[in-house]
Amino acid sequence: MTSLWPQIEPLLAQVVKPARYIGGELGAQRPMHGAGRVSWLLVYPDTYEIGLPNQGLQILYEILNERGDAAAERAYAPWTDMEAQMRAAKVPLFSLESHLPAGEFHVVAFNLSAELTYTNVLNLIDLAGVPVRVADRSSDHPLVVAGGHCAFNPEPLADFVDAFVLGDGEEVVGEINEVVAAWQAAGTGDRSQLLRALSRVPGVYVPWCYEVAYDEGRLVAVTPRFSDTPDRVEKRVVADLGAWPYPRNQLVPLIEVVHDRLNVEVFRGCTRGCRFCQAGMITRPVRERPAEQVADMVRDGLARTGYDEVALTSLSTADFSGIEHTVAQIVDDPRSNGQVSVSLPSLRVDAFTVGLAAEIQKVRRTGLTFAPEGGTWRMRRVINKLIREEDLYSAVEGAFSQGWRRVKLYFLIGLPTETDEDVLGIVEMARTCVDIGRRYQRGVTVTASVGGFVPKPHTPFQWFGQDTAEELRRKVVLLRDAASRVRGLTLRWHDPKASVAEGIVSRGDRRIGAVVEHVWRAGGTFQEWSEHFDLSLWETALAACGLDVDDVVHRDRTEGERLPWDHLSAGLHHDFLWQDWVDALAEAPVEDCRWTPCYDCGACTGIGVEHVVASAAAPAGGSQGTGQDLSTGGAVPVRFLETPPMAVP
Amino acid sequence: MVRVRARFAKLGKVRWTSHRDVARMWERALRRAGLPVAYSGGFSPHPLLSFGLALPTGCESTAEYVDVVLDPERSRTGGETWWTADPGEEPGSWVTRMAAGFPEHLTPLLPGGVDVVAARSVTADMPSLQQAVTSCTWRIDVPGDPAPVVVAVETALAAGSLLVSRERKGRTEVDDLRPSLLAMRVVPDAAGERATLTVETATRPRGVRPAEIASVLGVSFGTACRTHQWIERDGSQEEPVVTRPALGAELLGCAS
Ligand code: B12
Ligand code: SF4
Repeated sequence: MTSLWPQIEPLLAQVVKPARYIGGELGAQRPMHGAGRVSWLLVYPDTYEIGLPNQGLQILYEILNERGDAAAERAYAPWTDMEAQMRAAKVPLFSLESHLPAGEFHVVAFNLSAELTYTNVLNLIDLAGVPVRVADRSSDHPLVVAGGHCAFNPEPLADFVDAFVLGDGEEVVGEINEVVAAWQAAGTGDRSQLLRALSRVPGVYVPWCYEVAYDEGRLVAVTPRFSDTPDRVEKRVVADLGAWPYPRNQLVPLIEVVHDRLNVEVFRGCTRGCRFCQAGMITRPVRERPAEQVADMVRDGLARTGYDEVALTSLSTADFSGIEHTVAQIVDDPRSNGQVSVSLPSLRVDAFTVGLAAEIQKVRRTGLTFAPEGGTWRMRRVINKLIREEDLYSAVEGAFSQGWRRVKLYFLIGLPTETDEDVLGIVEMARTCVDIGRRYQRGVTVTASVGGFVPKPHTPFQWFGQDTAEELRRKVVLLRDAASRVRGLTLRWHDPKASVAEGIVSRGDRRIGAVVEHVWRAGGTFQEWSEHFDLSLWETALAACGLDVDDVVHRDRTEGERLPWDHLSAGLHHDFLWQDWVDALAEAPVEDCRWTPCYDCGACTGIGVEHVVASAAAPAGGSQGTGQDLSTGGAVPVRFLETPPMAVP
Repeated sequence: MVRVRARFAKLGKVRWTSHRDVARMWERALRRAGLPVAYSGGFSPHPLLSFGLALPTGCESTAEYVDVVLDPERSRTGGETWWTADPGEEPGSWVTRMAAGFPEHLTPLLPGGVDVVAARSVTADMPSLQQAVTSCTWRIDVPGDPAPVVVAVETALAAGSLLVSRERKGRTEVDDLRPSLLAMRVVPDAAGERATLTVETATRPRGVRPAEIASVLGVSFGTACRTHQWIERDGSQEEPVVTRPALGAELLGCAS
């Protein structure tokens, strides 16, 4: 393989942000290629700035490069200006480490974090010089694999991706590597043998090995084509996160990226049971990293990278056992000289204490974000986001009293059973937050950020018919009118049309593959970007494929209906999900099973993995129903503290 | 507070990063070294670093500069390191010794292609790089037949004015580049395949980018490298930090 750098460099003067294409980050490896090594190209199907921070690919990058029989490089989607230059100059997709042509790698592996990047996946396969359809590939072409959260409904990409990985990738990449190496050594060149061998690896789904049947426009069966193909593919779970202290050498980019800081994953999985959240459902059970290891990874990571900010990542970091101690330890470490700040993505309000606020704000006071998701207590019982009004308000009060001026609140609209009263409750909540802030300081701002809900596979809401763009827009207008009367409140909303496009793919079956291909061929790449997003491309594509948006997106599914991902398992029992859906409609909440008895959802029992949580009790004040009196969740007005709370040492 | 002025090169692939990117690389490298860099006050404190003239993205250089403000109060806080002050050491002696260690100790902490070539301490009353530097020397590689380049340079030097227009804040501004072109020399290579331009440009009233020089000459250039920044003092020119001969710009060698 020879470097394409001499052909690439002349293009760089013509494009914006040329450093996206040079590599050379701290932590970038110089992989050895050659006989006896399977070469992997790990690709994030969005721009460098969005893709580089993805920890999943960075973890796999290190694990593969530590092996004696593998070599891994990285690539990201070239922006449209660079793509035009590359196509004109006949330069294919290339890796960043050695600037090698993508098509010469043995495996091209994608991370799938967002549905609207699927057209980019096709574009990148094409830019690599590889046929986009599995059926058109020969033994000379790379194996195309994909993993990440969206792989839990891979059907829309089933015609384009050779193999998907469900769940944690740490162990399974090595197993895939061995299968590929063995197939290469056998030298038969028969691609179908490789695919069949992969389909026998636990956690690997090879769509080509399954026959799909429809009846009257409905999916009715997905059947294995071979006797050794499993009926159902179970996800992979790493039982002990402490055994995988990765990334050890987090990449430090030369240019600014979206999460430009050290990231240390403190736990994986979440059992708060928010019914809209796919990430929470598919990553169960909870596996905490030992606090000691977190401290080591933070200390070593800061020293190695030179970052002055560390994010403790997980789906709900405030739930981490002993979080206050962990944060204090980082902020007060003499080596950080008072210059290191900590960020916790998505704070939960019920455990957000004034003490934590005081710790975080010691260095730099950035905005604080809370996610109540629903505007009324009724709505929050439906979605099982059991944040009581008084908890949110005391958290917000804690923040404003500690000197914050900006608070951001996240909400969803278009949720099951939602009424206009629930929608307007968003503005009511935000207004109360502004009022609380005014008691402490002038000029406070509260931003309410509103997204349109898209039902996701493997969640209790997978049966729900998504709101139409018109209905979402009507709700946005309601909100906008109400919010315009509240000084200090800024309302932001996600484009309802983008929710529709996401909905087309989210629960789509294999027929949606043709739609994705159609949109891509019509030039619809970078659909995550508002300047490139175009719903009419999706509408035209659906029509061309004889599909109807109401049927695909806005229709309630029935209990007995075969769902496109029923042959794939995130561990959750069908009965558990259905019961949770029924409970949702009855406004009946469920508690966090980390601290209360098991509901037998299947995540632990089926896979034989248990929660790994250092603290046996729910945090003081309760959490997600555990140890809380839920009868009063909607009680307003709240009790304000008479005097501003004292900073906790 | 004490100040160290470092001279560094930016060569190879890293030339595609921006001036702001380079600033962040330095911030991280200094933190990795654990150096007691002074911080600004306020809600979002930032390290006190100041860079001279911005280098256009895509250009190489063997003469970039940064001033780093350090806190002598913390000269013994990091354990035993290459920069730790000896007990009772005067700040003056400490900063001289520390500056001398910059090339060896910071180069490995910076991305490949960003090499610290020299550093010295400067006193607090010395003007900033932005104020002090009056001109720069560029070496610009022009591939192709050198003959027309030689003619273009002669014509440009003979011209009374060289007008260029540029977009600024939505308006088109027309500037005369001629006064900023202090000297220009062209050397064709023996094979007649390329020409090397050496141009000295003034920094005031404004800096001149190699792309602008190429456009007034009507040529397209391959690579451009800033080889010197000059401070004019009492009629003679000196560099903000003089490099040791062994690490001189000539030996470091830009790609051009
Ligand atoms: C950092 C981050 C970002 C960053 C960086 C991009 C990224 N996705 O990494 C930014 C800010 C850009 C971002 C943006 C968005 N994000 Co985001 N993001 C995260 C966050 C906090 C961490 C991601 C991460 O590094 N996870 C840790 C790693 C270890 O997990 P992982 O990536 O899943 O990888 C593991 C496995 O999945 C697997 N695997 C992954 N890829 C592959 C590939 C192969 C070949 C194999 C074998 C295995 C494999 O192996 C890995 C190790 O076990 C997560 C929340 C979370 N804690 O996961 C949300 C999350 C992934 N983001 C989410 C969303 C919705 C978005 C946006 C769509 C938001 C928006 N509306 O704009 C955008 C989409 C951006 C884009 N175009 O792709 C959701 C995804 C929802 C879902 N489908 O479940 C999450 C789960 C947050 C949430 N709770 O809603 N995000
Ligand atoms: S199996 Fe039980 S304990 Fe495990 S996540 Fe499901 S409900 Fe919680």
